[in-house]
Amino acid sequence: MGSISKRGNELKILVPLKRVTDPDTKIRLRPDGSDVALEGVKFAVNPFDAIALEEALRIKEKIGDGEIIVTSVGGDECIEQLRIGLAMGADRALLIKAEPNLDSLAIAKILAAVYRREHPDFVLMGKQAIDDDSNQVGQMLSGLLGLGQATFVSKLELLDNNTLASCGRETDAGIETVIVKFPAIITTDLRLNEPRYVSLPGIMKAKKKPLVEIELSDLGVNASTRTTILHLEPPPRRKAGVRVKTVDELVDKLRNEAKVI
Amino acid sequence: MSEILVIAEHDGEQVKLATLSAIGFAQKICAERGGQFVVLVLGHEISLIADSLRTFGAASVLIADNLALKEPLADRYAHVIAEVVRTQNATIVVGAASTYSKDILPRAAALLDAGMISDVIEVRTDGSDFVFRRVMYAGNVIATVKLAGAIKFLTVRSSAFPPPAKTGVISSLVSVALESGNLPAQIEFVGREAKVAGRPDSTEARVVVSGGRAIKNSEDFERLIGGLADVLGGAVGSSRALVDSGIAPNSLQVGQTGKVVAPDLYIAAGISGAIQHMAGMKDTKVIVAINKDADAPIFEVADYGLVGDVYQVVPELVEKLKK
Ligand SMILES: Cc1cc2nc3c(=O)[nH]c(=O)nc-3n(C[C@H](O)[C@H](O)[C@H](O)COP(=O)(O)OP(=O)(O)OC[C@H]3O[C@@H](n4cnc5c(N)ncnc54)[C@H](O)[C@@H]3O)c2cc1C
Ligand SMILES: Nc1ncnc2c1ncn2[C@@H]1O[C@H](COP(=O)(O)O)[C@@H](O)[C@H]1O
Repeated sequence: MGSISKRGNELKILVPLKRVTDPDTKIRLRPDGSDVALEGVKFAVNPFDAIALEEALRIKEKIGDGEIIVTSVGGDECIEQLRIGLAMGADRALLIKAEPNLDSLAIAKILAAVYRREHPDFVLMGKQAIDDDSNQVGQMLSGLLGLGQATFVSKLELLDNNTLASCGRETDAGIETVIVKFPAIITTDLRLNEPRYVSLPGIMKAKKKPLVEIELSDLGVNASTRTTILHLEPPPRRKAGVRVKTVDELVDKLRNEAKVI
Repeated sequence: MSEILVIAEHDGEQVKLATLSAIGFAQKICAERGGQFVVLVLGHEISLIADSLRTFGAASVLIADNLALKEPLADRYAHVIAEVVRTQNATIVVGAASTYSKDILPRAAALLDAGMISDVIEVRTDGSDFVFRRVMYAGNVIATVKLAGAIKFLTVRSSAFPPPAKTGVISSLVSVALESGNLPAQIEFVGREAKVAGRPDSTEARVVVSGGRAIKNSEDFERLIGGLADVLGGAVGSSRALVDSGIAPNSLQVGQTGKVVAPDLYIAAGISGAIQHMAGMKDTKVIVAINKDADAPIFEVADYGLVGDVYQVVPELVEKLKK
């Protein structure tokens, strides 16, 4: 592995953060099925994005230099998640003001415009938002920008004076290793790291860090959305099963009642 | 009329079973709406794989064979798929909901300025348009959605679409003209960890036995979970807890961010039943839960629940099943 050394021009990493419902929140729907009932719901930084930010912070700490920019696309409420990002250690934040519920392609186009504005060495982001579960934006962003991509990454090493990344990807067939040359888009999987908690000094420092709001029109993006959600409903409930007391009873039920063995 | 392009996934030797569901999806739409579908196989030295896809009624099976396509790397695969969509005038591009499709298809969609819907579990026609159903929020919400645009990209869940019927006609084989020099090469393949041979893939098996945090080490995992899977001729799976602790490899993880399985029988041994785990197995026909905590949430979805210690119950179960 090439050693990581400080470069003349510092490494710049862009980390998108999506505001999502907290993974531990019970999701309820509005009675008319038009949306998720958001009253009293806790929000969080998408866990995969928190992992991406943690990785960016570790890279910066290891190199001893660099700039980490967090960005979120959405309404003013996303400032909460950007502040968390700053408190974790990001250097500055960009809120791209846009209506909620844009689809993946629209988000990817907006992030591509942010990329062109900032020219980071690479983008580190979540593989999947845990609300829409789409798993699309990073790949679309790579396609739009014509850059290399490494998705579902659970092991990341910078090589050759921080110009390349060796990425271990979690695929259905097991871990696959690829090398991408910067600039590139890297999306994270759960095992990459465990994000740090926000510390009190971190929160204090975050207050002084720049958070810039940008209107979509200033980015020059047409972010029309192609996906329309017509209706939401809960999944069918499984009917309650039975308790068996012994292994013999279980085997008997599986053989003679369920007939699955 | 719709021209559907099915992207066939394979492991270099044979087509993944989940691809057949994507073909089943294409057959269904063509039966309801008219139109035809074609199947695209990308790779290197893949003529046998392409041959195996000729009996499902595709107008043709397209082969994109090139040394540069030996491994499924998103940059060049997306490039070739986008080219084929243009030349075929495809309006729908569909693949199985796997890490392969998830890596490649959104990129191809972006190259064509097309939208995409992941994890489709149902499709209906609505006039000249389609209405799709898909899962969100770790399986807690089913959304009915529409997708505008001349080209639509989809991944479909194999549990939701039956494999295709065989037809009498044999599809023609057509090779896709490729110039290696024009293929993007931004991603370099280094290697893939050798697949543990012997057991079926959890997304393809009739029986899946999964272990959770109750399992203390890899030897126990192999002995208990692997042992039970073997007597049932099934696959092994695991919760994220075991993947995190390195006891089970990532490819076994079942759940919101792992594999989605829908076998006839799923046995959850020492798994609590977090929503993220259940998102990956709730569509199983028969769920069995073995857990020492009588209040574990997994019992709420289990058809048969047995309160007990996996270290006692599983060996006993293996013994009794052998009889
Ligand atoms: C963004 C995100 C995505 C996630 N994605 C996934 C995913 O895809 N898949 C997934 O599985 N998880 C996922 N998780 C993690 C999930 O929330 C749970 O933490 C995880 O599923 C717990 O695994 P477990 O049930 O094995 O462990 P635990 O919750 O610790 O449960 C262990 C169970 O074993 C029982 N037990 C212990 N010892 C014994 C014994 N000797 N005999 C019998 N029973 C015993 C206990 O009673 C307990 O119920 C995700 C989490 C997040 C935040
Ligand atoms: N509104 C948003 N703001 C910032 N980043 C986003 C937004 N939506 C999606 N992303 C990024 O795209 C990733 C994948 O999201 P998805 O394709 O929706 O599953 C997320 O982990 C985020 O990094």
